[in-house]
Amino acid sequence: MIFGYHLLSVAIWLPIVFGLLVLATGNDRNAQLARVIALVGAVLGFLVTIPLYTGFDRMTSAMQFVEMKDWITRFNIHYHLGVDGISVLFVLLNSFFTPLVVIAGWKVIEKRVAQYMAASLIMSGLVNGVFVSLDAMLFYVFWEAMLIPMFIIIGVWGGANRVYAAVKFFLYTLMGSLLMLVALLYLYNQSGGSFEILDFHRLPMPSLTAQILVFIAFFMAFSVKVPMFPVHTWLPDAHVEAPTGGSVVLAAIMLKVGAYGFIRFSMPIAPDASHYLAPVMITLSLIAVVYIGLVALTQSDMKKLVAYSSISHMGFVTLGFFIFNAYGMEGALLQMISHGFVSGALFLCIGVLYDRVHSRQIVDYGGVANKMPVFAAFFMLFAMANSGLPGTSGFVGEFMVIMGAVKANFWYAFLAASTLIFGAAYTLWMYKRVIFGAVANDHVKHLHDIGAREKLVFIVLAISVLVMGLYPLPFADVMHVSVHDLLVHLATPKVLN
Amino acid sequence: MNLISSLLPAYAEIFLLVMVCVILIADLFITNHTKTLTYLLVQLTLLSCSLITVSTHDNGIEHLFNHMFVDDLMSDVLKLLTYLSVSMMLVYSRSYLMVRGLFTGEFLALVLFATLGMMVMISACNFLSLYLGLELLALSLYAMVALQRDSAVATESAMKYFILGAMASGFLLYGMSMLYGATGSLDVNRIALIIHHGTVNKPLLVFGLAFIVAGLAFKLGAVPFHMWVPDVYHGAPTAMTMFIGTAPKLAAFAFVMRILVEALQPLMIDWSGMLMILAVLSMAVGNITAIAQTNLKRMLAYSTIAHMGFMLIGVLSGTIEGYGSSMFYAIVYVLMSLGGFGMIMLLSREGFEADNLNDFKGLNQRSPWLAFMMLLLMFSMAGVPPTVGFYAKFSVLNAAVQAGHIPLVVMAVLFSLIGAFYYLRIVKLMYFDAPESHEKLYLQPDSSLLISINGLAVLALGILPGTLMSVCAISVQQSLLH
Repeated sequence: MIFGYHLLSVAIWLPIVFGLLVLATGNDRNAQLARVIALVGAVLGFLVTIPLYTGFDRMTSAMQFVEMKDWITRFNIHYHLGVDGISVLFVLLNSFFTPLVVIAGWKVIEKRVAQYMAASLIMSGLVNGVFVSLDAMLFYVFWEAMLIPMFIIIGVWGGANRVYAAVKFFLYTLMGSLLMLVALLYLYNQSGGSFEILDFHRLPMPSLTAQILVFIAFFMAFSVKVPMFPVHTWLPDAHVEAPTGGSVVLAAIMLKVGAYGFIRFSMPIAPDASHYLAPVMITLSLIAVVYIGLVALTQSDMKKLVAYSSISHMGFVTLGFFIFNAYGMEGALLQMISHGFVSGALFLCIGVLYDRVHSRQIVDYGGVANKMPVFAAFFMLFAMANSGLPGTSGFVGEFMVIMGAVKANFWYAFLAASTLIFGAAYTLWMYKRVIFGAVANDHVKHLHDIGAREKLVFIVLAISVLVMGLYPLPFADVMHVSVHDLLVHLATPKVLN
Repeated sequence: MNLISSLLPAYAEIFLLVMVCVILIADLFITNHTKTLTYLLVQLTLLSCSLITVSTHDNGIEHLFNHMFVDDLMSDVLKLLTYLSVSMMLVYSRSYLMVRGLFTGEFLALVLFATLGMMVMISACNFLSLYLGLELLALSLYAMVALQRDSAVATESAMKYFILGAMASGFLLYGMSMLYGATGSLDVNRIALIIHHGTVNKPLLVFGLAFIVAGLAFKLGAVPFHMWVPDVYHGAPTAMTMFIGTAPKLAAFAFVMRILVEALQPLMIDWSGMLMILAVLSMAVGNITAIAQTNLKRMLAYSTIAHMGFMLIGVLSGTIEGYGSSMFYAIVYVLMSLGGFGMIMLLSREGFEADNLNDFKGLNQRSPWLAFMMLLLMFSMAGVPPTVGFYAKFSVLNAAVQAGHIPLVVMAVLFSLIGAFYYLRIVKLMYFDAPESHEKLYLQPDSSLLISINGLAVLALGILPGTLMSVCAISVQQSLLH
């Protein structure tokens, strides 16, 4: 290995360093240089994470590639990194998307190119930091720091109502994070002065009330990010206003961070509270699946539709977590990865249309297939994946979660399965109105099909979606042991009767 | 031991006093209006003072002048930071004051006198010397605010500052006299001992304590004694505002430590409750009112009020941990505040004050680097990692959680969420909006360099906050455990 035991550090800091380099290219006269450096950084950033997968030991749930250094000795805070079967795939997913985001913004972003590319790269590094931190404060720092570039990306390169969306995004997430900080401080003092996440897992918390309060504080932080009903309202705004690259990052990566928080913090730290509150969590998840699915059906804005579809799909994820069985948990994790590919791809598709017509409204399109056949084919695949068609990645996770739900309670499964109908309905109906039919207007008439750059992005994503749909084992076997041990941990009560 | 060497711990103060007199006289012969020589002399004095403070430092605690004056690690650290802050303030404000005709020998002498006052406050361990230092600082500040004679706003705010400040001093004196009546001593450490032995009149003590806390709240600008803060911050020339809003907060922290913690530690239960009310009100009023401001100086004034409330949380926790975190908070606040006001002065030019929020519109297009520095400062004030402002809040909140004040902590984080909104608005103006004027920015090289250092320091200390935190904790610990 080139970087020895510092692979995770490299995964975090390489994109950030490249981001700063890009920033140093200065104003828009050097835009092309900025793009090239950004692409190099993003691709390198992805390449260095591959050994994480190939060198990963699937037989253990212990943390791997661990790095540990003192950071703030006064508070016993360490620079402690490591991945297990749950987090490793998200590092890869995030690093995989960074080059795509850079390519997606290649032509579209015309003003302040260097700043855009730098923000994307820096955010990519920070998100990796969130997934690999084993020290709660380190996690918190990355968690909060990633708000800053996202805030800038939405606010500077976003649509008409970008300021409102950016501020709403920031304040919503900050509110949740601050309560999480209180919970972390509480745990720090309870554990006798440790911020190690794994120490928190082992911390005896005999009082159910304390567990519930801690759970709620974490819930505030993570449910906003997922987002769960009823704190989901920032997401459609943020998605609609963000530039394509921003939407891709939001959907593919940012939402996963919240769900990751549930399985890294809330559930193992407060297992009894998780069981106790599971009915509430399941209810909220099912509301997200069914109600938000219906809301998506009525959208006239394509981006909003995909945003609501994301919320609905993430409802599946939280449902999978809180039914406490292996099918549900693994299905939820697979669903997170699949949703990353699919929603990212859908936002890129909408971005392609928006770049050409400058409208996100479904009514402004129609008959696009006549002018953009290649694009229509790719879009078709991703739409199918979004509605959970067998053979695509969307099917695997949803199917497993439904299987898990059947074991828990038939009605959970019944309601959850309705998403297969709603999902197909809103996605394919949108697809039909945009792509099929006669050429609707002059804008569509003058459309030209996707170029090599866009094709490359879609081919990569299409392969990912199909591979994961047809042969999910490489994804599932990484997480197997970790999920099993997590479930064992969750089944052991901390409250003493 | 002879007299000269026995004065060793107070060398810095003595040297400064001598230098002020020298500078006052020398300035009479420096007739050119840029006053470069005087300015350099002042900077040199501050530099020498820090060298003296460092070289006269020893690890023990030394008392001087019949136990009126103390030299310990906390005082040395705070003094060094005071010199640094005053020196930075002079760099930021030189050209700003020069174009307004305020960069005079008197101004520089007043700055040094105020610095001397702060040093005395920091090192005082007797009510008399505490008061002496406080008044030396306050009188210099009143005069500085009033220096711009032809400005009605400045004169008005000087008047307000003077009257309310005098009233606060009155409160303090009244409280101190009560304590003297109850304990028969003015010495900080003796008072603690006497109260500890428990033969004193408790109601009288608490009565005196209430006045002292009110006086302190006035000086800190904590709600409900905050009315002067926005008016003075707004009315005074920005350089003076910067001065009022920075180094004196360090001295005020020392003042709070000496009176409440060293002298009145046995009454902790009483003052901790009072401070809690002050802290919650300050955070509430400061953060909520700041949202409505359109003037950046007023906004920063309310933000100061909120920050002071946050700082008090550390003190009221009543633990060494808490005091150390408050000291850290005060230092971090001073650093951020210097940057914030420095930015206003940097963007101002002759006949134009960049203190309106709209003046920051589109700064990212006019100067991306400055906008980035301001972004760091604002996120730091809002307490977002990886800037140092986060660790200031973190350590204070941690102390409060340890002391079991969880509801207070929840309240504090909710108010800081409200606070985040108006800091974000500045970022929004700089990054999301189009500039109102495309006039080229005329930037002074020295203050541009300093603002870069200042902004990057906020980031660097945010990435590696450990050392400064430890210094604060150790110095507080050392001055209290003796």
